[in-house]
Amino acid sequence: MRRTFLLAMLGATCLSGAAMADDGKLKIGLIYSLSGPAAALGDQARNGFLLAAEQIGDMGGMETEIIVVDDERKPDLAASRARELVERDEVDFVVGPIFSNVLIAIHKPVTESGAILISSNAGTSNFAGEECHPNFFVTSYQNDQNHEVMGAYAQSQGFDNVFLMAPNYQAGIDSLNGFKRSYTGGVASEIFTELGQLDFSSELGQIAAFQPDAVFTFMPGGMGVNLVKQYTQAGLTEIPFLSAFTVDETTLPATQDAAVGFLGGATWAPDMDNDANRAFVSAYEAKYDHVPGTYAMQAYDAAQLIDSAVRAVNGNLGDKDALRAALRAADFESPRGDFSFGNNQYPIQDFYLVQAVKREDGKFQTSIVEKIFEDYQDNYAALCSME
Amino acid sequence: MSVAEQPMPRARMLGRTKAAWVIFALAALLPAFAALTNDPFLTVIGTRILAFAIAAMALDLILGYGAMVSFGHAAYIGFGAYSVAILSRYGITDISLHILAAMAVSAVFATITGAISIRTRGIYFIMITLAFGQMAYFFFVSLSAFGGDDGTTLADRSTFFGTRFLESDLSLYYVTLAILIGLFLLASRLVMSRFGRVLTGTRENMTRMEAVGFRPFRYQLTAFVISGCMTSIAGVILANQAEFISPAFMSWHISGELIVMVVLGGIGNLTGAIGGAVIALLLEEIIGIFTHHWKLYFGIILILVVLYSPGGVSGLVERIRGPRK
Amino acid sequence: MTNLFILQLLNGLQFGVLLFLIAAGLTLVFGIMDFVNLAHGVLYMVGAYLMATFVAMTGSFTLGMLLAIPAALVFGLLVEYLVIRKLYHRSHLDQVLATFGLVMIVSEGVKIIWGSAPLSVPVPELLSGSIALVGPLQYPVYRLAIIATGLLAALMLYLLVNHTRIGMLLRAGATNQRMVAALGVNITRLFTMIFAFGVMLACFAGAMVAPILSVDTGMGESVLILTFVVIVIGGIGSIRGAFLGALLVAMVDTLGRTFGPILLRMVMDSSDASQVGRTLAPMLVYILMAAILFAKPDGLFGRKTT
Repeated sequence: MRRTFLLAMLGATCLSGAAMADDGKLKIGLIYSLSGPAAALGDQARNGFLLAAEQIGDMGGMETEIIVVDDERKPDLAASRARELVERDEVDFVVGPIFSNVLIAIHKPVTESGAILISSNAGTSNFAGEECHPNFFVTSYQNDQNHEVMGAYAQSQGFDNVFLMAPNYQAGIDSLNGFKRSYTGGVASEIFTELGQLDFSSELGQIAAFQPDAVFTFMPGGMGVNLVKQYTQAGLTEIPFLSAFTVDETTLPATQDAAVGFLGGATWAPDMDNDANRAFVSAYEAKYDHVPGTYAMQAYDAAQLIDSAVRAVNGNLGDKDALRAALRAADFESPRGDFSFGNNQYPIQDFYLVQAVKREDGKFQTSIVEKIFEDYQDNYAALCSME
Repeated sequence: MSVAEQPMPRARMLGRTKAAWVIFALAALLPAFAALTNDPFLTVIGTRILAFAIAAMALDLILGYGAMVSFGHAAYIGFGAYSVAILSRYGITDISLHILAAMAVSAVFATITGAISIRTRGIYFIMITLAFGQMAYFFFVSLSAFGGDDGTTLADRSTFFGTRFLESDLSLYYVTLAILIGLFLLASRLVMSRFGRVLTGTRENMTRMEAVGFRPFRYQLTAFVISGCMTSIAGVILANQAEFISPAFMSWHISGELIVMVVLGGIGNLTGAIGGAVIALLLEEIIGIFTHHWKLYFGIILILVVLYSPGGVSGLVERIRGPRK
Repeated sequence: MTNLFILQLLNGLQFGVLLFLIAAGLTLVFGIMDFVNLAHGVLYMVGAYLMATFVAMTGSFTLGMLLAIPAALVFGLLVEYLVIRKLYHRSHLDQVLATFGLVMIVSEGVKIIWGSAPLSVPVPELLSGSIALVGPLQYPVYRLAIIATGLLAALMLYLLVNHTRIGMLLRAGATNQRMVAALGVNITRLFTMIFAFGVMLACFAGAMVAPILSVDTGMGESVLILTFVVIVIGGIGSIRGAFLGALLVAMVDTLGRTFGPILLRMVMDSSDASQVGRTLAPMLVYILMAAILFAKPDGLFGRKTT
């Protein structure tokens, strides 16, 4: 199934289906959700990666071919496309995906083939702990962490009756567990909605009936857009709305004013104060005409990571041990500032409370309120047998 | 549901059987073609196509011959796929046992739901089979031990009488082809038998069959169960091909696609269903090479086939070859 | 608990009238023209997309609606003229295959024209915000507006079918198509009218929900199956059945999702209850349909099929 669009970079126009593995070319497969209600997330990630690739030119000093495929957020489809990337296109790196369920589906076919899998967003607990794999790196976070940030914030505010809601899939379950790890107060109710659900009237009805101290939720993409709009329409804005991956640069263009003031947890925001970030945000906005979110930033870093590692081994992609060591060094400048890998090859980094704001130019973005955790590592790293 | 086709003369039936053997012969040559074009991944795709051909043929058995349009047949693919996942988890790895378990579960499910569904006709039959399919779907969605909605990765493929023979894509492909041919022979005998004729009779005129002393219900139910069991074998193969199992195998989309394959190929002759599956999936692959928007063109082709080629692709083939002597 | 119940009842009602608007067209087309139209869901989607486009263009909800409905009608007539018309006398399976093709074409076409990111439509100023019901309960005005317009449409449809000449033809056509033709009524024109009418209702529904749902390429498919469930429960061709079926499906779905786990918690412990609740909630609609068809194989108000 070659529903892929081949991106010929810098004169690399070889389109033949089956290429040799060691042809002196760096082949990278991007697998993101590019259609359906969550398409905006995948778009940002792809844009972020391609922006870095364009800025760098020959990634790792090698002729680079990037193949972009759409996983349609379907795990079964993703598993077969990922397999096609490594078996048919013989890519050296697979970068992606957005969603955890897709990550779980593509992990085995990619890592077992010997290719390196770099997740630029999903970071499930299983691969952080016992199932950690030398060929698997994460440039985002462990799923629980942003939720732990919000839990810590709810705790610090003295809330004692929080309403929890998440979609019924692995990342959703992880999210509520993460929240409860750093929040020990009371829970008004805990509900799981169908993945992809767009009408939240029944859940909002329950929130209105419970009148909790705060609502904590995790609703990425189109789900978040609808929830936020319906939340405001239902007149619930008196109740603090805490979330992760729900109010961000992918959903703000659609929710607009409805989300202003809503709180979230993140590793980064576009207004972060450092040179690398200013350069990234201005280049991204100039090229794509919208504000980058964490999805774009993390994919941008994935590209920088590949570039740094391939350069460090002088393009010798055959020596996997050296390549992995170079990747673990994480020798690049991330827009989010300090960034390093733990033993499980998940990041160690700072986490912040962020808030949705309207900028002077009329666009919306998240903005850093305060730092919640410093050099924070996930809770599963100890379970990973890698050193 | 009006099914327009007339019972088929024996000569035409033989012609179509010949066509089926042409498809099988071409399928047998596919791995050689893949080796020549240096694209071994073709056999992986080929396995998927042949598995769907099995499912489509099984559906045609009741849709074409019994006028029972099941819109819940994906459930049986799911039973097959989950048999592999669940049994493997508990250390039972052999494909023969996987197939046996899949057929047993399918037989029970088909007997119960079939007995209820066959009371209804036409669109009501379509929708009630959909309802049962959806119930099975949501059952597996909530089966969190096997990943729920997200599905689960298979640790290894099924063993083949104790060997790891199926780990090779090539051997899995040929095993699938062998199963398809075996089931085709079985199904062909079935529809030519007395049983098949009674079934066709119920399609044409239920009242008349009752009048001459048959009890159509028993024939229809038996066919429904056989079809479900056959479809589950496709599920066992698909699970091994993808090495990944999720409820997506059982969604109503897949049930709908199976119907489309059968109707596209031409209903009421097993070859048509096989051809329909092959053509539909090949078109998807081939158009996909040229454009990202393959669905647009595939849709146009479907409409053109309906408008200008009654009887699906097998109808077209017949008209091109002219009236048979 | 009572508050929650009232709220969910309103939500169910709102979902129900919406389903009815879509189902009414489908059941007429199916019942009178004996035509299985799988593309009915995508017409609803096209309505929502046109609404999003015209609202963005004009900046006004009312103007957007006034432009979207005729545009959708033109689109519907075009589809009828190019494809549907040629399939009236074909078998159901041919109709399924062709309209399945239509679904693929329209879905992909929408993706090409509008992109795959979801669009949104702002709630009109006049209808934004929410009003207090009993106690601390708030309900969005816009959803109340949907309920009101939906019920109004149902009433008009009832009057149209039961008290006008066109309605008489419709009822006659549903009973005996050949007889109506023999009496000198132009059946093709009648069919086109019915089809256009169904398209308009579906598009109207799509335009109405655009402000509360995000407009995306999957919205047509998910509603299609539910709509078929509705018309089958109600009995093909029956407007009354479609209305009742829509409310039944919507209520069972909405109330079941909320109160199912609560009821289960009374008989089993909490974590089991939420697990079983999560399994059963999405099945409820289908269990309902299977049960109704088991008792009445032709739906609640269906005519006996032969």
